[in-house]
Order: sequence, then C-alpha cells, then structure tokens
Amino acid sequence: MQELLLKKISKMNRLLILGVGLLFVSVYFLPIWHISLAAPQYPEGLGMKIWIDKITGSSTYDLQNINLLNHYIGMHEIVSESVPELLFMPYVLGFLIFGAFVTFIHPRVYLIVLGILNIVILGILGMYDFWRWEYNYGHNLNPEAPIVVPGMAYQPPLLGCKEMLNITACSFPSWGGIILFLSLGILIWVIWDERRRVYVPK
Amino acid sequence: MVLISLGYGCKGGAATAALASDAAKRVYVAPGEKDEVYAFLSGGFSGQMSVYGIPSTRLFKIIPVFSVFPENGYGYDEETKNMLRTTHGYVPWDDSHHIEASMTDGKQDGRWLFLNANNTPRLARIDLRSFETKEIIEIPNSAGNHASPFATENTEYLMAATRFSVPIPQASVPIENFSKGDFKGTVTMVKVDPKSGRLSLELQILVPGFDYDLSHCGKGKSHDWCFFTSYNSEQAYKMIEVGASKNDKDYILAFNWVRAKQCLDQGKASNFGGEYYRNYLPENQPAISEKLSGVKMLQPKDCPGVMYYMPTPKSPHGTDVDPTGEYIVGGGKLATVIPVHSFSKLMDVKDKPEHRSGMIMDIPILKYESTLAGEVKKPCLGPLHTEFDGKGYAYTSCFVSSEVVKWELGTWEVEQHLPAYYSVGHLSIVGGSSKDPYGKYLIALNKITKDRYLPVGMELPQSAQLYDISGGKAELLSDFPTVGEPHYSQMIPAKLLMDKAAKIYPLEENKHPYAIKNEKDARVVREGNTVRVYMTQIRSHFKPDTIEVRSGDTVFFHVTNLEQDFDIPHGFAVGGAPEMPNLLIMPGQTRTFKWKAPKPGIYPFYCTDFCSALHQEMQQYIRVLP
Ligand SMILES: [Cu+2]
Repeated sequence: MQELLLKKISKMNRLLILGVGLLFVSVYFLPIWHISLAAPQYPEGLGMKIWIDKITGSSTYDLQNINLLNHYIGMHEIVSESVPELLFMPYVLGFLIFGAFVTFIHPRVYLIVLGILNIVILGILGMYDFWRWEYNYGHNLNPEAPIVVPGMAYQPPLLGCKEMLNITACSFPSWGGIILFLSLGILIWVIWDERRRVYVPK
Repeated sequence: MVLISLGYGCKGGAATAALASDAAKRVYVAPGEKDEVYAFLSGGFSGQMSVYGIPSTRLFKIIPVFSVFPENGYGYDEETKNMLRTTHGYVPWDDSHHIEASMTDGKQDGRWLFLNANNTPRLARIDLRSFETKEIIEIPNSAGNHASPFATENTEYLMAATRFSVPIPQASVPIENFSKGDFKGTVTMVKVDPKSGRLSLELQILVPGFDYDLSHCGKGKSHDWCFFTSYNSEQAYKMIEVGASKNDKDYILAFNWVRAKQCLDQGKASNFGGEYYRNYLPENQPAISEKLSGVKMLQPKDCPGVMYYMPTPKSPHGTDVDPTGEYIVGGGKLATVIPVHSFSKLMDVKDKPEHRSGMIMDIPILKYESTLAGEVKKPCLGPLHTEFDGKGYAYTSCFVSSEVVKWELGTWEVEQHLPAYYSVGHLSIVGGSSKDPYGKYLIALNKITKDRYLPVGMELPQSAQLYDISGGKAELLSDFPTVGEPHYSQMIPAKLLMDKAAKIYPLEENKHPYAIKNEKDARVVREGNTVRVYMTQIRSHFKPDTIEVRSGDTVFFHVTNLEQDFDIPHGFAVGGAPEMPNLLIMPGQTRTFKWKAPKPGIYPFYCTDFCSALHQEMQQYIRVLP
C-alpha cells in the first residue's frame, strides 16, 4: 500500500492529471447545474443555471420571470447575492486546480488520493449545501403570500424531476458538473492504472 | 360576356359545395400549428391594416396606422397622438388603400410595410418586427394620395401620385379652369433610408392635371422606371362618370426616376412651397412630430427623357409589371381587352419622333401600337389589376363580371375564369408584385358580399376569397370576412417574418424620458398644477398604489411595464376618464395617460388586460382633494 502511495506516477498519467487541472479551468466558464421549469403557459420553457460564482436564467429574462412566478407562493427572490457560497466557490475550484499542478510537478500517487478525497468531500458538502439551499427556498415561504396551499412546499428536486403545482421542475448537472464528475472518474482510473502496475509482476 | 360571367356566378354555389371537403382540408391548420403565409390587408376606409394567417384565414391582429385605436390607445396617448398630426390638424382616421412590402433586389425582405392615406395625403411605414406603425409622412402639393406607395426594386424610393388634380399651389380658381390646365397633379419621390427606413421627401414632379390612379415600379431591366395609370385625360369636371369616359385611350405615364434624380442633382428642380408633417415614433419614446416646409419641384420640360405617355384603353386602373420587368399590364376599367406594353419596345421607340402622336406639357405621347406587346382579347368585363405567379401566368381581377381571369404571358390566351363573390377589386398573390413570387395562394379582395354570410343588417361583412393557384387549375378554397374594406394586400411567407418578431421591449434600452426601471423609483412629482406619476406595473400590482392629487390638476401617469416576458402586457384605465381610453403597455414599454383631475372624490384605476392570477387585484385608488 505504502509502495503504491509513494509511487511516482507514469508519464502518461502525469499528463492526464495536468489535463484534469486544465479541464477544471473550463468550469469557470460553464454552468455547473441546470434547473428547468415547464408549465403550460411557458411553452418555450423557463430555466436557471448555477455557475461557480453566480445564478442566471437560461435565457436573459428567465430568472426575473421565475421570481415573478415565485412571488405568488411567497418564495424569496433568487439572486446571486443571496447565495454566499458563490463568493468562495471560485477559490475552492482554484484550490483543486492548484492541486492538479502540484501533482504534475510532484507526481506521487498519494497526491491523487488527496485530490479524490478533496473532490468527494467538496462534492458531498456542495450537494448538501445545494439541498439545504433548495429546502430553504421551498419551505421558508412568506406567510403573507397571495397563494398559500396548506402543507405545500416548493423544494425543487436535487437530481431528477418533480411536479409542483402546474410546474414540472427538473434538476440535472450541466457541463461544468459533468466535467467535475468526469474528472473524478479520470483520477480513480489513474489510481487503478498505477495500482495495476505495482501489483502486476513485470 | 355578361352571360358567360352570369353563368359562372350561378354555378358558383354548386361548384363550391363539390369542392368543400377537399378544400376544408387544405385550409385547415390544426391547433398549435402555424399558417404558411402572413396576409396584410389594408382596411380601406377604416385606415387600419389587418393581419391574417393563410391558408386558415384566421385574423391575428389589427395594426392601427391612420386611425385611432381603442384597443391599445394608439392616437390618443401622449406618445402616439402626434402620429396623426397633419397640416390640416389632428386627423383621427383616414382612407387607406395600398400596402407595399419593402424589397431588396426586387424580392420581399420582410423589413417594413408601407401604406397610403388617401384623403389627407400621407405615407406610413410599419415595422415588421413589432408590427407597429413607426413613421407617417405627409405629402404636400397633393390631393388624394391614391397612386401610392409603390416601391422601387430596392426600396430606394416610394412613389406617390395625386388622384385629384387641383391648383398647385392651392388657389381658389373657377372649377371650369380644370379643362384650361389650371389644375395639376404631382408625382412624389419619397426616399427610404436603407438602414433605418426613415422617410423623407426628395423630389416632386409637376404633371398634367389628370387623375392618377395606380402605380407600379419596374424590376430588372426596367429598374429605373415607374408606371402610373391616369384617367380623365378629358379633364372633365362635371358628370365625370360620363365626361371622363369619352376618350378611347387614357394614359400610362412612364416615369424614369433615375433620370429625375439626375436632373435634381443637376439643379434643374426649383424650390417650391408646401408644408407637411413628418411624425416619427422612435423605439419606446414619444413620437417626434416635425412641421417641415418646401420641396424641390421638377417640371418635365426641364428634364427631357424623364416621362412618356403610353396610351392605354379606357380609364386604366392597374399598371402591373411582371416579374421579368418586361411587361407592363394595364387594366382598363371600361376596356374590352387587357393591353400589355413591352418595356423593350418603349426603350426602342421613346425618342423616335415617328412613334409620337403629340405632347402634353412637354411630355411626349407615344403611339399605342408602338409600345404594345399584345392584348388579351375579351378577357372579362372591367379588368382592374393583375398579379403574377412567377410561372408565366398572370391573374387579372374583373370588377364588372366578378371574376379573376388567368391568362398566359406571351400568348395572351385566357386559361381560366375564376368566379369571385362579388365585384373583386384588387387581388394578391404571395410575393405577386415582386420579382420572385412565391405563388401558391391568391386572394381576391371583394367589394360586395350579398348572400355569402349570415346577414347582419344592411352593412354586410367585407369579404375576401382564397384560391389555390399551385396546380394547373386554380381552385377556390374559402371565403372569409374582413375588417374594413379589404382594399389591397401584400402576402409574405411566414418564414420571412415569424422568427424575428419582437417579444418584448428590453427595459435597459428604454429611453423614454419618463421611464423608471425599478419600483424603488416610483414616485409622484408635483410641478405647479401638473402632477407627474412615475408608475410601474408588474404582476399583479402598481407602484405607487395610492395617490393624492388636487381637483383641476393635470395628471400624467407615466406607466412603465417592468415585465420582460413575452405576451405579458398590462393595461391602465382610470375610472370615468372622459378623454382617454385604456392604454395597453407592452413589456418594457412606457406610455402616458393624461388625466384632468375632476371634482373631489375617490377614483379607482386598474389593469385592463388580464395579466395574471391576481389581475383582478391589480387595482388602486386616486384621491382627488378639493
Ligand atoms: Cu395587469
């Protein structure tokens, strides 16, 4: 085990790690998550995108229109400024990229393991945070709202689709999220590959 | 001929029934599906324009142009009331006849439509993104702007000629002087800015005092020319129906507008009087109304080669140029033939003295046979106007015998008689006046309905008919009632317009001087006896929502709709406001409602357009203090 952890990574895998680091850079420019809303009176659909540092509508005015719909049921207005996580998320991503470069310069397997742990922990924390955020938006309603349906909450799904009144809400990772999952897969594959070389007799 | 056409009329009902089930399928547009073509019909005496889907013939919209419009307050509110300003004062509606579509290289480009006002001579530009009237320019030195607005191949200019000749400049002279040459007509070249579409008067040409009826401009080889029909070359001024029908031939005026522009540039036109308004509605701002004066006037004698008269039988109405630009088809209302002039022949003979039969006001009159390409013999009674299918066939409307005749260009043979119910005026083929007709559909714009619909009192619905002309034989598909008199139409393939139709006014681009873009800026500002309410609307409330003013104050409600969602306009109305109808305010738009605060009391105001689940709650109060 120790032999594996201290093993110097093969040249090809080293380049793969660098690739993962570079791939992470693209997450600054791609949405991580996408929530779409379908309702009869929105034949063209409504949606919002969660980026590393902001929340936007799928098209220019979607967020404003989602907020307009939400105000009937007393949901808080969704604006980037109300999500403090978005302030430090870019640094977390920066840390992961930094890790990839360190691993490239100092190519040892244990650094990859650390990287995987980082991504998994951050991923779990991130998903929990996202769920908590959705929970608050869906449950923490203004009691003075024009439409109050007793017992009704409007928490969007974490992953997958859900019906809420006449709206179908679907929540799925977008390109940035897919890249993060993909990177995790690549890192696990690299470890598997390195392990194979340690234990398989030459 | 009368018997033949009556025969057709009688058989019409039976023929329609046999066709019905098949035709119904061909005009059926299933729920949620879209029509293939936009039809824009002028409203005749309603001064409006209406938008239909073809083949379903469903009415989509009425665009107010030269008319006030209760539905949205056009012509009443502070933003649009100046659009209807003229040198004759505020004209609440007019008589609108001809729609022209903007073209690039002779093909429809889907940017603008143009419409004339006949009674108070004006031209309007309608934007095809917002489907709204954006500009109206008055034509001075004109009486009855009928032969208008016909565009040159690249929409360089719109032509406008007078229907009623009058003394120019205006003067109170004995009416008998009409026949002594004291009355004149004008041809006006209205320049269209190629980027913005803005209209300006470039030049007028003083022409003999006939009645100028219709016009069409050339294409391809005849690019430089426009053709105007004229009647009453007799210059009769009493019992005109008889007096003006005497001559065997009246004229088509061939006008070389490129030459006219050359003469203008060479300084051959002189300064002339004439006052006119130009009213322009910038995007989301109040209309800018300018009173301008003076035009450049050209006399044909100072610009040889600018105009020629082509004799054309008996009071011609239509003068229609085929897609190749070679044939100019005349529609002699009282003629027994459809005469077709050849542009090549015109070019050949125009300056050869042996082909001339005289001069009027230094405009050479050519001999009828010299420019004639051919005649369609005994086509129908009262041929008026011709459109082309781009496949070598022409369709001419015949008012008196109530039919459309299909005939072939070149052979001049009639191919088919299509009955029309009844008394067809203009007709329209999709792209049929352009270089590149899309063919397929033809509508006949009829004048009389009689037994076609359930009777609704003495004024019956105005009516049009849809034909399929895609096959060898044209077929009647349906009848449909229309708004106002369907005078003329342009039909445009849907694919050219539907994707670029505007959905909202982007709030960040709203440059209205009284716009506010945030509820936080909503406020009431008093300036002496004037009160300005900076108001916002969003589903489902106003801000400010309760207001106090004093009796006798002039209150301006500057209302901005903050929505940025397609199809979410809000309305605005104040209880009992006597001078204003309700306003309809588009997403991102600012409009102003002027109100004289009446006697003390409480006055409600509310949203008139059902906007949301809480629309009925979109209401508030103004308190008027003593
Ligand atoms: Cu409303």
